[in-house]
Amino acid sequence: MRYLSHTPEDLSIMLEAVGVRDLDELFSTIPDDCKRENPLDLPEMTEWELNDHMAALAGRMVSGADYKVFAGAGSYHHYIPEVTRYLLSRSEFVTAYTPYQPEISQGTLQGIFEYQTLICRLLGMDVANASLYDGAMAVAEALLMAIRISRRKKTVAVSSLVNPYYRKVVETYFKPTEFHVVELPYREDGTTDLSGLDRIDDLAGVAIQSPNFFGCIEDLAAAGQAIHDQGAVFITCFSEPLAYGVLKAPGALDADIVCGEGQSLGIPQSFGGPGVGIFAAKQQYVRNLPGRLVGQTVDADGKRGFVLTLSTREQHIRREKATSNICSNQSLCAMAAGMYMAALGGTGFRELAALNRDKAEYLKFALQDAGLEVPFATATFNEFVVKFPDGFDQKWQTLLQKKILAGIPLVCYYPELANHYLLCVTETRSKDDMDALVKEVQS
Amino acid sequence: MKEPVGTRGLILNEPFLWERGGKGRTGYSLPRPDVDPAPLPEDLAGDGPDFPDLSEVELVRHYTRLSTWNYGVDSGMYPLGSCTMKYNPKTNERQASLPGFTGAHPLVPSELCQGALELIYELEHSLAHVAGLDAASVQPSAGAQGELAGMLIFAAYHRDQGKARSKILIPDTAHGTNPASAALCGFKAVSVATGPDGVLVPEAVEALMDEDTAGIMVTNPNTLGLFETNIQAIADIVHAKDGLVYADGANLNAVMGVVDFGRAGVDVLHINLHKTFSTPHGGGGPGSGPVCVVKRLEPFLPAPRVVKSGDGYALSEDFPKSIGKLHAFYGNFGIMVRAYSYIRTMGNKLKDVSQHAVLNANYIKEKLKDVYHLPFDVPCMHECVFSDKHQEKYKVTTLDVAKRLIDYGFHPPTIYFPLVVHGAIMIEPTESESRENIDQFIATMRQIAKEAQEDPALLQEAPRNPKVRRMDETQAARKPCLRG
Repeated sequence: MRYLSHTPEDLSIMLEAVGVRDLDELFSTIPDDCKRENPLDLPEMTEWELNDHMAALAGRMVSGADYKVFAGAGSYHHYIPEVTRYLLSRSEFVTAYTPYQPEISQGTLQGIFEYQTLICRLLGMDVANASLYDGAMAVAEALLMAIRISRRKKTVAVSSLVNPYYRKVVETYFKPTEFHVVELPYREDGTTDLSGLDRIDDLAGVAIQSPNFFGCIEDLAAAGQAIHDQGAVFITCFSEPLAYGVLKAPGALDADIVCGEGQSLGIPQSFGGPGVGIFAAKQQYVRNLPGRLVGQTVDADGKRGFVLTLSTREQHIRREKATSNICSNQSLCAMAAGMYMAALGGTGFRELAALNRDKAEYLKFALQDAGLEVPFATATFNEFVVKFPDGFDQKWQTLLQKKILAGIPLVCYYPELANHYLLCVTETRSKDDMDALVKEVQS
Repeated sequence: MKEPVGTRGLILNEPFLWERGGKGRTGYSLPRPDVDPAPLPEDLAGDGPDFPDLSEVELVRHYTRLSTWNYGVDSGMYPLGSCTMKYNPKTNERQASLPGFTGAHPLVPSELCQGALELIYELEHSLAHVAGLDAASVQPSAGAQGELAGMLIFAAYHRDQGKARSKILIPDTAHGTNPASAALCGFKAVSVATGPDGVLVPEAVEALMDEDTAGIMVTNPNTLGLFETNIQAIADIVHAKDGLVYADGANLNAVMGVVDFGRAGVDVLHINLHKTFSTPHGGGGPGSGPVCVVKRLEPFLPAPRVVKSGDGYALSEDFPKSIGKLHAFYGNFGIMVRAYSYIRTMGNKLKDVSQHAVLNANYIKEKLKDVYHLPFDVPCMHECVFSDKHQEKYKVTTLDVAKRLIDYGFHPPTIYFPLVVHGAIMIEPTESESRENIDQFIATMRQIAKEAQEDPALLQEAPRNPKVRRMDETQAARKPCLRG
């Protein structure tokens, strides 16, 4: 077996040194009735067989490469430059553990410090952590953090236009606690209705997504005002961070915590994971942050270097009083996001964001010209909702056979929105792809 | 001693990203625009992020230089206790990067993602089989979320039984994530003291277990590297009060093909794919923390779950007792592909993996116990725990030993954990190391013990070979500088 190096000779020398007769005797401290009655029964493949087997499995997948996918909803098909894929495969990054020994982990540490910095610049925030698992968990952690900041107020509110899967994860995290989650309705223009905020007692924090699940850009300045008027923590979240290439940064709109999913930043969709949970906050809340932080310091010779820091917030020191239970995070994905942001640069990031918006607008207007309804009037980035005529679900299936995924049906998340579909256009869709879609839905 | 691996090479300095580059450069090929511009309304538009602009060449130099400041399993032996830093097979990377997987949108209809669903289904069954339990969910994103899933299952089970419970028993050797995960579920952690032989004794559990206690979280093998030999008796005590037994599977690499966790009385076990099943740690993640359960707890597993229907696979939400969703989609699928590839490659040789891992740890224990203090001189599992007691008189600490190992080209072991051993040095060689590597490590540890006696400054001032020397962690925490 190529991953194991002991020869029979090695084994006998080592067994003798340990003072046991055979390998089984190494396990003699384990009581017999804790042991397996039957041996393992697993298939074993050569590398050749594995390649064939995995190619067959991967072959039974729809990939963004050969389908025209017009779906986002929290997972986005963006082009990943070869240079970031290549650099990310450096095994010194890939095969290292958490940087507990900073002297031989400066590569990871500076890379994550740069990631934290670029995330702060993207979102207009003071501090960002080294990553959480995903956007959904980040929102749950943000709401728990709001409760800590509020000194144990018991209620949080979440917009019904926060990604429905994020809200489900919030529900899981909150179920065994004494805290309550209130859902805020949406208005006819496809944005969150905050008019009932003053009727919610004991409000610790409010989470709004922008662009929201309908793709609509929320009026975060007004939302922030309304939320701060109630003395609550203002949380904004996102599933498409590329939007901040052209949108005002949430930090400039007085958000207290900004969090979400960073898959769009150079990470493959990979059937939903791994992505990266992005988490940033105002400086005043730094000691309330969940997760790891990389900080700059100096070594014994006064040379610049980096360490994991403020770890008294974390589980390995504070145990049950930690700000979160997270230990391993999504470090390599954060590194990928850092590389991607650096590859695009400020200029490229802005241009790419603008291109996403341009293309999505093109399709939106083309569909409107074709007589379809765009029910929410609010401005959007690269996703928007279209209402199709009755019976479109069959057409949607037909399109699938023609290798076009014409958006995500919204009725399974919002029962009142029959025939409404959420469409997404990124830089990977061409004008021809969009013209073909428009032609198909008209026919 | 053979010539050490550690040496000084040419180490290149590298500034921050934003200290490089020049406005207008780019490392990205923008697709040719084929539609008219449609700028945002002015009141919504921002200025765009203040990122540095770098050319592709600058980008490559930057990250290549950074990477050379890191030590990975591919660089050398990484005997980090409780972390199972085994070799990460390269074929796993190839499989995970197949375009059918990387390009897959998670919300396509199930008939268009049969390959991924089959892989998840098969992986869950293989993991449950290795554990000796009945069902598994691969949704948790890392070990701590696997623990959280376990605790949520405890809470849901007791609610379903009609009475919520408020306490949980956790041994004093546990990882910090255990009490933190339990606290998220509202459980109050009650510490159980380890017995004189380094394992839990049933009497200690008996004295604390009551009908307001949800159950116990046991790491087995524990963090002293010892198998909890009384696990069945402890499980019986907990079950008698209708409590549940959770096993932290961080150390599963010791007992694959040997232990049947179901027979041992365990109800819930979490597994780290990034430890036992060879997926890379990536400098701290992404990992994956599947949770395995006995039959009666299967209804509580996270949803959606992959079910087999006819000759195909589907995602089902139809589990009314489920603790719910832990991840926006289905977990860290890319990591699952790697672990699945490893399991299919190893097959029943997973047992050889555990045997070699345990042999290597015992071999190191035998060869070092005359120079380093061994608090529990008994046969160990996949890791052995020493302390710095013999070195104290030379004013040399565990930290100094660890840092000196760096100069010799080894990654240090886990240090100062478990907390129950003062100055702990926790060595987990894994099955990946050859006998020559292990002998070199042993010779180095012995050399360091000698240096501690003869020239302690060599240790106290270590490391000298890496790019930076010991870091001022106090300053980092006192005046946090978290961004540039």
